[in-house]
Amino acid sequence: MAVASGEQGVTSGSATEAAKPVVIEAIGVEKKFGANKVLRGVSLAAREGEVVSIVGASGSGKSTLLRCFPLLEIPDAGDVAIAGEVLALVERGGRRLPRDIGQVQRVRSELGFVFQSFNLWPHRTVLGNVVEAPVHVQKRPRAECVAEAEALLEKVGLADKRDAWPAQLSGGQQQRAAIARALAMRPKALLFDEPTSALDPELVGEVLRVIRGLAEEGRTMLIVTHEMSFAAEVSTRAVFLDAGIVGEEGPPEQIFRHPQTDRCRAFVSRHLARG
Amino acid sequence: MMAELAFLFGVTRKLLGGLPLTIELVTLSVATGALLAVAMALARSASRIAAVLVSFYVFVFRGSPLLLQMFFIYYGLGQFAAVRDSFAWPALRDPTFCAILSLALNTAAYTSEILRGGLASVPSGAIEAGRAVGMSRVMLLRRVVLPLAIRQALPAYSNELIAMVKSTSLASIVTLMEVSGIAYALVSETYRAIEVLSCAGAIYLVLIVLLTRGVWLVETWLSPAGSRA
Repeated sequence: MAVASGEQGVTSGSATEAAKPVVIEAIGVEKKFGANKVLRGVSLAAREGEVVSIVGASGSGKSTLLRCFPLLEIPDAGDVAIAGEVLALVERGGRRLPRDIGQVQRVRSELGFVFQSFNLWPHRTVLGNVVEAPVHVQKRPRAECVAEAEALLEKVGLADKRDAWPAQLSGGQQQRAAIARALAMRPKALLFDEPTSALDPELVGEVLRVIRGLAEEGRTMLIVTHEMSFAAEVSTRAVFLDAGIVGEEGPPEQIFRHPQTDRCRAFVSRHLARG
Repeated sequence: MMAELAFLFGVTRKLLGGLPLTIELVTLSVATGALLAVAMALARSASRIAAVLVSFYVFVFRGSPLLLQMFFIYYGLGQFAAVRDSFAWPALRDPTFCAILSLALNTAAYTSEILRGGLASVPSGAIEAGRAVGMSRVMLLRRVVLPLAIRQALPAYSNELIAMVKSTSLASIVTLMEVSGIAYALVSETYRAIEVLSCAGAIYLVLIVLLTRGVWLVETWLSPAGSRA
């Protein structure tokens, strides 16, 4: 069955979900830092329109897994694939490297990555941050990018901050600008790496509101988060990572309300009790 | 009194005759030195062998007096027959070329260190964000790393530029008649050292005030409001 690849307008959680194409996929990904095996063979896929939340204790490998998709970390074993295209890796001098850095750069430009610490470019205005990659990486016409960027800033509630510098913004505003920057790439999937962990508690809500809006648009998203109730609410599927493997995976009602494994149950009760 | 003023005026006019050469020495050596410094700073991060070579270079050129370096290049190299027979000899026997070469090599050593500090100050998150949107290495350097590094390095670099303006006065010892060279000649001609040297000093002061002002303008232009917190 052929499915159009437009990522908008798809209702999340619909019955046809299983028939939609896989947008982003990890296949048996392993990663170690020194002697520390952070990922021990993780496979995970998100189909078009799915919002997959990835939860787990600190050190369970959530962020590392997310960073493997755009090859910000290179898996020691296993592969990642975006829209069915495997990012080719080769072994060279005992290290694994991209076979074709051009392919990696192109695929990166098709993903939107939102960092825990925002990582806006401090020498560019908010608008400058948003149009940077569309203009210079994707080589789209500047006027078109600016118009689109202004619409995106409007959407994340920063229309009036267009000409502000990142250092003049609050953490929540910076993260919303970073989300606009990620959206400006017209990404096939959005990856959020603990998007609210670096924020003051009173600023968390404004960022979660923006992410919730994106989930409702039916965008394909992977969200690494500690905000359990938020994850339970927005995701179509949840993955519990435990010491580098998928400990449990299922609909959010299962993972957050009726976990099947002891370890997931222990994790969830610990976090919900706190939250 | 009038005679005094007329003397000072005359001296200043003669000294100003050396100003174009002083400015030529500064601009050419600073431009060459900056290019060399960028190349060295990049080479340093690219390979370990290059890093060792660059730090040795910095060690030698920062660790010895510029005066000696200039002597060495102008008077020293000519003692080797191989140098005299080489294609570079027409350039190496020219004092202007030698002065610019030694000033450039010297400032390159300092500038590469200044740049290294600037590069180290670039937030890793800004680089990672560039990688994540699919920038190539060159684009990342051009659009993210260098703009941030240069902005950070500019205050230290303005000191280096000032030092360079003053260092050009050493070129007089390889026979160049820039502002200081003319000043020494006028001193031995008139025996009025205080007056002549004061006029020369005033010319350097004005030059440096203009330069400082220029760097300040570049700094404000590069530094967005609020981003230097």
